[in-house]
Amino acid sequence: MSTNKPAFMQWLDQRLPVTNAYEKHMSKYYAPVNLNFWYVFGLLATLVFANQILTGIWLTMSFVPSADEAFLSVEYIMRDVEMGWLIRYMHSTGASFFFIVVYLHMFRGIMYGSYKKPRELIWVFGMFIYLVLMAEGFMGYVLPWGQMSYWGAQVIISLFGAIPVIGDGLTEWIRGDFLISGITLNRFFALHVIALPLVLALLVVLHILALHEVGSNNPDGIDIKKHKDEQGKPLDGIPFHPYYTLGKLPMIIVFLFVFCGVIFFFPEGGGYFLEHANFEPANPLKTPAHIAPTWYYGAFYSILRAVPDKLMGVIAMGAAIAILFILPWLDKSPVLSWRYKGWMSKTAIVVFALAFIMLSYLGGQPVTDLNTWLARIGSVIYFGFFLLMPIYTRMESTKPVPERVPAK
Amino acid sequence: MTQDGVNKGRRRFLYIATGAMGAVGAVGVATPFVRSWFPSEKAKAIGAPVTVDISRLEPGEMRIAEWRGKPIFIVRRTEEAIANLKSDELVDRLSDPNSEVVSQQPEYAQNPARSRSEDLLVLEGVCTHLGCSPQFLPNVEPQSFDENWMGGFFCPCHGSRFDLAGRVFRGVPAPTNLVVPPHMIEGSMLTIGEDTA
Repeated sequence: MSTNKPAFMQWLDQRLPVTNAYEKHMSKYYAPVNLNFWYVFGLLATLVFANQILTGIWLTMSFVPSADEAFLSVEYIMRDVEMGWLIRYMHSTGASFFFIVVYLHMFRGIMYGSYKKPRELIWVFGMFIYLVLMAEGFMGYVLPWGQMSYWGAQVIISLFGAIPVIGDGLTEWIRGDFLISGITLNRFFALHVIALPLVLALLVVLHILALHEVGSNNPDGIDIKKHKDEQGKPLDGIPFHPYYTLGKLPMIIVFLFVFCGVIFFFPEGGGYFLEHANFEPANPLKTPAHIAPTWYYGAFYSILRAVPDKLMGVIAMGAAIAILFILPWLDKSPVLSWRYKGWMSKTAIVVFALAFIMLSYLGGQPVTDLNTWLARIGSVIYFGFFLLMPIYTRMESTKPVPERVPAK
Repeated sequence: MTQDGVNKGRRRFLYIATGAMGAVGAVGVATPFVRSWFPSEKAKAIGAPVTVDISRLEPGEMRIAEWRGKPIFIVRRTEEAIANLKSDELVDRLSDPNSEVVSQQPEYAQNPARSRSEDLLVLEGVCTHLGCSPQFLPNVEPQSFDENWMGGFFCPCHGSRFDLAGRVFRGVPAPTNLVVPPHMIEGSMLTIGEDTA
């Protein structure tokens, strides 16, 4: 440690481990040299999270959480509050982009086996983040109290009613009423702006602490800690800061271009980011002719609809989310990255991704015979990918993983 | 610190006793937080019966009333629709044609028309699947979801189908017939939420 540290830093470090933490997590946190494009999405998720917190706080300043006022107050934000439209579009677009970057971040993990030993806990914390994010997105969507807010909430809360014996009481408890009402709206507001963001922030800290304990994976799945120099630095590692923080800056700028493009030119995202039916105030007596969840829940909604039985449908949907949690223990391959896995794993990952995209799309489409059958095929592929994984990852032959990161 | 002479059994007992007391306390503290989520007295109080004038309700027409925040479907069935309710062609496709699930209707509506008088249908317009409000499609005509549609209700959310008595079809996600709320008819006045004996 340098002795010519400024007096103030010396004073601070004796009382709070500032330098220590900075070195541990930034300047002396060694990330593999071969991280590629796919490694930007974790950083982008953090950026969007900050955007959601900031714009969210500003929105609460003008939003009124009551059944009579909520819809009007959103219109007030859009029309009368200075630049309110921009803050609201930043928030609503941010919600969709949060899911876009999180889905890409998760897919990266699946491609390169980032969930495998010793990174199981990072994956599990990440899945909890995803789960809380879904709840957060759902409750946020209820707040503008439009038709889709109301009926979306009605459907999602009714899912709990499928649970035998306690179902009906449980839905009443969640709603705080015999139907969706201002009482429900109020508590969702509390959960959306205070409870869940706090949980989310805590989970993000745990996710990153667990990551920094074992170190980042890389596209080749090579353990860079196996080969270190005399000072104990990994030979294939470079300090996270400044190489990855500043190195990723161009990609952050590209991301912001796209993000702003949507905010300014397509804030409704073609009806996918803000559904058209939600520009009509909630009407408890009339369900919109076509009700669909926002796109990021589409896949799970499709799985729900694919099963022609209430309880089994809800179980299938729950299982589709739950099975993601145990992914680290389903993959029996000796290698991490799909670069060194056999053709079966590679095919499975590609087919799974296509099925997930198809299911997400179908979730927003009306019920027809063809769509129902497509959703059933997609659901079988979805579950097949996970349930057969212990078999195909064992059967296939893998390529040898190099000791060191291959030179380009 | 020395661990000599420590009575491990007693220490374990104290750990468990302290932990148990803490758990009891935690449950006690959780109680108000959990209880406060149940419907409040105010929410319970809103639910008074609703009276609707049905003298102008034409055959084949549906009116929607609101009771306890739920849409209530009031339908005057045509003669043809009443006859169709008993056709084998329809009954064979229903999962509970005789309204055997007693929770879905009062005793006086446990008949093929599921109503007090055959022409007047009163239903909660809330799908028994996930709570959407079904659409009223009364005409006998082919639909995109059913070529032999004989009139009834179709839920746009997940494709559940019901006949003109609110009876659920087989092979749809809704598990039970639509609910018939307690109601009574006095002349041209229909009261929902109350049924004097």
